[in-house]
Amino acid sequence: MKKLTTLFAATALATLVAGSAWSKTFVYCSEGSPEGFDPGLYTAGTTFDAAAHTVYSRLLEFKKGTTETEPGLAESWTISDDGLEYTFKLRPGVKFQTTEFFTPTRELNADDVIFSLERQWKSDNAWHGYVTGGSWEYFAGMGLPELLESIEKVDDMTVKIKLKRKEAPFLANLAMPFASIMSKEYADKLQAEGKMNQLNQMPLGTGPFAFVAYQQDAVIRYKAHPDYWGGKQKIDDLVFSITTDAAVRFQKLQAGECHLMPYPNAADVEAMKADPNLKVMEQAGLNVAYLAYNTTQAPFDKVEVRKALNKAINKQAIVDAVFQGQATPATNPIPPTMWSYDDTVADDTYEPEVAKKMLEDAGVKDLSMKVWAMPVARPYMLNARRAAELMQADFAKVGVKVEIVSYEWAEYLEKSKAKDRDGAVILGWTGDNGDPDNFLDTLLGCDAVGGNNRAQWCNKEFDDLVTKAKEASDVAERTKLYQQAQAVFKKEAPWATLDHSLSIVPMRKNVEGFVQSPLGDFAFDGVDIVE
Amino acid sequence: MFRFLLGRLAVLIPTFVGVSIIAFSFIRLLPGDPVALLSGERVMSPERHAEISHQLGFDRPIVVQYLDYLWGVLQGDFGTSIVTKKPVIDQFLELFPATVELSLCAIIFAVVVGIPAGVIAAIKRGSILDQMIMGTALVGFSMPIFWWGLLLIIVVSGMLQWTPVSGRISLMFFFPSVTGFMLIDSLLSGQEGAFQSAFSHLILPTIVLGTIPLAVIARQTRSAMLEVLSEDYVRTARAKGLPTFRVVGIHALRNAMIPVVTTIGLQIGVMLAGAILTETIFSWPGIGKWMVDSVFRRDYAVIQGGLLIIAAVIMLVNLAVDLLYGLINPRIRH
Amino acid sequence: MTEVTATSPISTDPTRRARLAEFWYYFSENRGAVIGLFFFLFLVLLAICAPLVAPHDPTVQFREAVLLPPFWQEGGRLEFLLGTDAVGRDMLSRLIYGTRFSLFVGVIVTTLSLSGGILVGVIAGYFRGWVDTFIMRIMDIILAFPSLLLALVLVAVLGPGLTNAMIAIALVFQPHFVRLTRAAVMTEKTRDYVVAAKVAGAGHLRLMFRTILPNCMAPLIVQATLSFSSAILDAAALGFLGMGAQPPTPEWGTMLAEAREFILRAWWVVTLPGLAILVTVLAINLMGDGLRDALDPKLKRS
Repeated sequence: MKKLTTLFAATALATLVAGSAWSKTFVYCSEGSPEGFDPGLYTAGTTFDAAAHTVYSRLLEFKKGTTETEPGLAESWTISDDGLEYTFKLRPGVKFQTTEFFTPTRELNADDVIFSLERQWKSDNAWHGYVTGGSWEYFAGMGLPELLESIEKVDDMTVKIKLKRKEAPFLANLAMPFASIMSKEYADKLQAEGKMNQLNQMPLGTGPFAFVAYQQDAVIRYKAHPDYWGGKQKIDDLVFSITTDAAVRFQKLQAGECHLMPYPNAADVEAMKADPNLKVMEQAGLNVAYLAYNTTQAPFDKVEVRKALNKAINKQAIVDAVFQGQATPATNPIPPTMWSYDDTVADDTYEPEVAKKMLEDAGVKDLSMKVWAMPVARPYMLNARRAAELMQADFAKVGVKVEIVSYEWAEYLEKSKAKDRDGAVILGWTGDNGDPDNFLDTLLGCDAVGGNNRAQWCNKEFDDLVTKAKEASDVAERTKLYQQAQAVFKKEAPWATLDHSLSIVPMRKNVEGFVQSPLGDFAFDGVDIVE
Repeated sequence: MFRFLLGRLAVLIPTFVGVSIIAFSFIRLLPGDPVALLSGERVMSPERHAEISHQLGFDRPIVVQYLDYLWGVLQGDFGTSIVTKKPVIDQFLELFPATVELSLCAIIFAVVVGIPAGVIAAIKRGSILDQMIMGTALVGFSMPIFWWGLLLIIVVSGMLQWTPVSGRISLMFFFPSVTGFMLIDSLLSGQEGAFQSAFSHLILPTIVLGTIPLAVIARQTRSAMLEVLSEDYVRTARAKGLPTFRVVGIHALRNAMIPVVTTIGLQIGVMLAGAILTETIFSWPGIGKWMVDSVFRRDYAVIQGGLLIIAAVIMLVNLAVDLLYGLINPRIRH
Repeated sequence: MTEVTATSPISTDPTRRARLAEFWYYFSENRGAVIGLFFFLFLVLLAICAPLVAPHDPTVQFREAVLLPPFWQEGGRLEFLLGTDAVGRDMLSRLIYGTRFSLFVGVIVTTLSLSGGILVGVIAGYFRGWVDTFIMRIMDIILAFPSLLLALVLVAVLGPGLTNAMIAIALVFQPHFVRLTRAAVMTEKTRDYVVAAKVAGAGHLRLMFRTILPNCMAPLIVQATLSFSSAILDAAALGFLGMGAQPPTPEWGTMLAEAREFILRAWWVVTLPGLAILVTVLAINLMGDGLRDALDPKLKRS
């Protein structure tokens, strides 16, 4: 019976789509299938593009093209003097999407906000474990369970969130995909019908596009939400055509089978720029790739040795061979697009002769080391194996023998955390919320040793600076502290900073209004096709 | 016939249990921790790790896990994907028609081209034509199909722009999935151009997947024909002055078909193996690509459930082929 | 155990030479087979002499010569006859060294699966009973999976790499050899010469491996050549899926996988490794056809 009704619904839809032959359809050749449609459960950008940035909106949003926040579903907010109480005023008259599977009867209110956050927080919430094996990765990853004191409804349109301690990046966290606001009314209905799983398969929210259908590993369809609080979109239909192979995506783009694609092969970028039907946008990505030495082990516990090795790496060659030039060599552990980036810091220049001398002076002879190469391509490092081979050749020139090792990805992540790990690890990071804390403290803080801090590097001076910056609420003051931290980092050289990759977005010439996000999101509100 | 069927089933059941043990234990042996993988570069605290392992049931004794799994399988529950959190069997059912459609087209292509080619080669034995056909067949038989697919994409889709690059149908068409077969659904939808679109998307994958079976069938048909043609009754028929066409068409071909049908049956397993590569190259949303993706995503539950379902399907198909063989060839009826 | 001379047609020699001559006669009848054989010998030679023949070290990166086309195309250099890859390694040298890996894979996989298959198959066919049932059920289980899928998962379990890929492929090829051997042993077992040897007091081992086995070799040899070429294809496929030999190993399938991102820009990095695989496999299959014709008495007459 259930099958029959969905079938009927789909048929009704089909007529609808066929009927509107002149509708504007925007096709996005996405790079993979979404894991699901509840953004709270997942961590992959692919999933966020398909669920969070289409169907949902959040209390705060990132201003398009920046890492700064602006009001979203919360029209305004106030922060108490002690920095512990946040009071959010909700935007009035926000309508949920009406779809084939659900017709909302009310507008957004405080219940929806509380539901959306509490289900991730409280284990006694009926929705906390509604998906078998599901877990609230980001909510936990951003430390919210330990940070939150309470979430209260002040009135229908006001929500008050209390924190246990001061935390400057909190507001930015609320603009992240996991904090998407769901419809409690829809959730209640699903719960009553015993179809809770559907929340993760047929999403419904207040975002610019309403979900229509998902055909596994092939196509996701959306239509514009006519009552979107930010105004109806110029395109009528949005289609994600899932195409995992980058070369195939490019071919489809060329053939006009899609309008825009993410993550092109670095090798194809030249051809894309030359194609008269295409245009290419590029921007420094919010990421960094690094080689983390194990600073607890000899001889890498010596600053001079780490510095010498840094000077032996020809970063430009890596950028050229791995990214075909579509990246910039990295100096600091945070990318240049991020606020507080210190451009007065000087990078270790490539001088193999000097490096050799420095190693000799440090009393290091016949050094052989392991370099760990990731088995997968990530935006910040497209081909770690190739980069490792280049380093191997570079290090050979200064008399250091390199053995390249690699493990299966999960194993790699796990093993590289170990404090007694043998060798230097190639890894990287893509920013979550645009806050420098998300790089500096997360990756290099003392708390992260044995975890995200792959260099196992705990430096008191650095750690104090970063902790102070986290608690300060004044951006100017935080900037100063972070800049000092970057100087300490460079002096101590726990990593060889490798590159920040460019994020390159090729699209058809007739696409207008697409804005690249420094966070690496692909959001299509405001996009138009002009003929 | 019934006893034959029972006998086969008696063999199938222990095999299936064996298959389930293999599929289950493979997954436990896979390196890498699926729970840690959920958080990627972001590190998970040991407490959360333990909590999630518990949720997924990874902390129970292995035998308990197996029996629990087998019990679920018997009730049609093949587990839930770790990545998408969807039941494995649902995903399988959604993707399987795409693979079946592609495989059927490929086998039809292989039969329609392969049998006539083999027959012609046999009749014109030793001629240039025979050598050309058999030469081509051998090249096809030796083809690394993943490379063949890439070449076809470069030339036919890229340079000539004759066929679409990947997928099952143009995105302009959207209609409910009734049978799961895009060719049929596109006709049922009544939308203009839908069938043509679905058809043109099938051409290259069909050729790539059909290449090796085509070569095998052509070679097999030729040798079966040669054997039959040299038999006395055919020689007699020819000597009686019956036209070659009738001799070949009526007498020889029918008898030559028996080994050929077996060959076609055997190609179904080969086909599923080929589907892994073909679907990967053409982004064809079928079970081959699904399995490869799952191996790379370390989606334990899908690898385990998928292996088991696929093995079960192959076993059933083989059984069907055996039965069919018994029907057309009464001599081996048990 | 006492030494008893069992008369088996092959090991008692006067006919051996004649048989070989006869074999060569039929084999050389098939022109394709001879071409295949010579090409194969050429590849073997190339593999052995790779360091002498290859113009460059296959892993050395010429950073100023990245993605150069073959010499006849504009921009190509004579120094790199078939161009260079994405990190400036010489394609020709990599292809030449690749011969080593492919032939190596063929030899190892065939040896492993042939010897394992014979051992298990002879035991199953000779003893029958529960041993046979048990062995054949296991073979059924292996056969129930599509071979490449099973190999893929096996390699995922063992860890990606050429050695593990070879082990996995050898394992999935096993049932074919076991079934062939078992069937042959079962038919031979009832023949008079075996019964005679048994009566004469030959032990199990002798009966199995000295008396029966040599007479079952023909189909096994044909299957072995087939495995040789399939092993090369499957190893390349695994390499292509990223589960076989790992870069920078110049294995053809792995080279193809690495080259995929250049599919539209540099045809030579995609086309050449695939062509190398095709030609090698073709040569072996041509040989295999010749072998089958020469060994299969039924087709000899016609």
